[in-house]
Amino acid sequence: MVKLPIYLDSNATTPMDPRVFEAMKPYFLEFYGNAASKNHSFGWQAEEAVDYAREQVASLVGASEKEIIFTSGATESNNLAIKGVYEMYAAKGNHIITVSTEHKAVLDTCKHLEKLGAEVTYLSVGEDGLISAALVESAIKPNTILVSVMYANNELGVIQPIREIGEVCKKHGVLFHSDATQAVGKIPVDVLADHLDLMSFTAHKMYGPKGVGALYVRRKNPRVKVTAQMDGGGHERGMRSGTLNVTGIVGFGKACEIAKAEMDSDAKRLGGMRDKLEHALLTLEESYVNGSREHRLPHTCNISFKYVEGEGLMMGIKDIAVSSGSACTSASLEPSYVLKSLGLDDELAHSSLRFGLNKFTTDEEIDYTIELVSSAVNKLRDMSPLWEMFKEGIDLKSIEWTEH
Amino acid sequence: MAYSDKVIDHYSNPRNIGTLDKSKNTVGTGLVGAPECGDVMRLQIEVNEETGIIEDAKFKTFGCGSAIASSSLATEWLKGKSVDEALAIDNMDIVEELALPPVKIHCSVLAEDAIRAAINDYRAKNGLEPIESEKSHH
Repeated sequence: MVKLPIYLDSNATTPMDPRVFEAMKPYFLEFYGNAASKNHSFGWQAEEAVDYAREQVASLVGASEKEIIFTSGATESNNLAIKGVYEMYAAKGNHIITVSTEHKAVLDTCKHLEKLGAEVTYLSVGEDGLISAALVESAIKPNTILVSVMYANNELGVIQPIREIGEVCKKHGVLFHSDATQAVGKIPVDVLADHLDLMSFTAHKMYGPKGVGALYVRRKNPRVKVTAQMDGGGHERGMRSGTLNVTGIVGFGKACEIAKAEMDSDAKRLGGMRDKLEHALLTLEESYVNGSREHRLPHTCNISFKYVEGEGLMMGIKDIAVSSGSACTSASLEPSYVLKSLGLDDELAHSSLRFGLNKFTTDEEIDYTIELVSSAVNKLRDMSPLWEMFKEGIDLKSIEWTEH
Repeated sequence: MAYSDKVIDHYSNPRNIGTLDKSKNTVGTGLVGAPECGDVMRLQIEVNEETGIIEDAKFKTFGCGSAIASSSLATEWLKGKSVDEALAIDNMDIVEELALPPVKIHCSVLAEDAIRAAINDYRAKNGLEPIESEKSHH
């Protein structure tokens, strides 16, 4: 028997790898020193642990350890990267290029800077959720200081052409930042090959603890600097003050070490399970994959089941934890802006579910999910007036709906 | 957010799902909401011409659990009521019965709108003026 509930919301967060937890344990009670205490063994032990973790983290993404700034997570990293560059390079220009499907941590940071005088271009994605390097290039102006494009999208899993965009940015001398929260630890990411100047990522999306993340800040060709966003003790090369979360950082390091060794085989296995799930669910009539299927994380899929509302569907599969693009719970009743950016009808956005697998997902869980989702979709369609109209050949667009 | 037991009950065992023959003069159909808002309710009543009593009620709903439960409950309440009694059903009665949280009140509003739309469709078919809503939700 499969153990319930089943967790398939791994783009929100992943379960922690027990090996990560084991690595962290001594740093709760035994080694509690402050990594900034330079005059006693307690501090030295903590500093040593942090240095080791910094190497583990740097090694996963092809950086040097001095290029890793520890933060509280990817939201802070994104804020530090974008606001920090905006302030540091103010003399050079005020134009930032980003994408409409970015995470709120990027979009709202940009909106904040717009109030302070920044000019921001929000690039639109195609129906596959992707942008092209050529589109980025066409948006670059003399006053452009930063391009910020997420590595992989959190709702769709689609992977942007980061390397090509990096080449364009390098050619034009514009700094390039990527929110790589969903990608690092799941697919190979190399900051040098990708021409990244700054990159945000976090531990809890790769089987590590919550509350710790990193910002990669390039040190050579060019040497990048960001203005600190918090004043204090000048930790992390003056870019991020605050006592280091030693326990979290140790866990982050261990998670990176494990990812480096195992992510390729994990990706292969998860990709197989994801494809099985997806193929089975696509045999249901009027179901569609959202976003590019080709350029995509191996463990994510986002499917719309037309004529069924996502939140209603989630209630029917309550033993399976997933996310929906439907926003029935939000006061605005607005469905996912990411799905809308694909040009999807609101109705299809309301009908979407996101499945996020993780390395602890089993074949039995996938089989159970296929069965339960299929029967819930069929049951809800039997009670959907839209499905009945569709079956009768009525064009839903021909009906005058009463918006409320 | 947890659903109330009554919402779960109506969602799991919806009452009166189905379709009545909308070409009949005794049947009134209300179709409210919009696919792009994530909620569409279709509520139908069949009225006994002699007694003016609603003898059957059916629904189909595209929406969240609370929307499904609100329309299921509405059909339960409609059966056996006169048309005038049915008009007295208030969305807040539904909110109370199903213990809907504030963010789901619109589901009950939609159910009330559906009842009214079904009744007005029935009235129009039988040469009667539509009944205006005394309150405005929009």
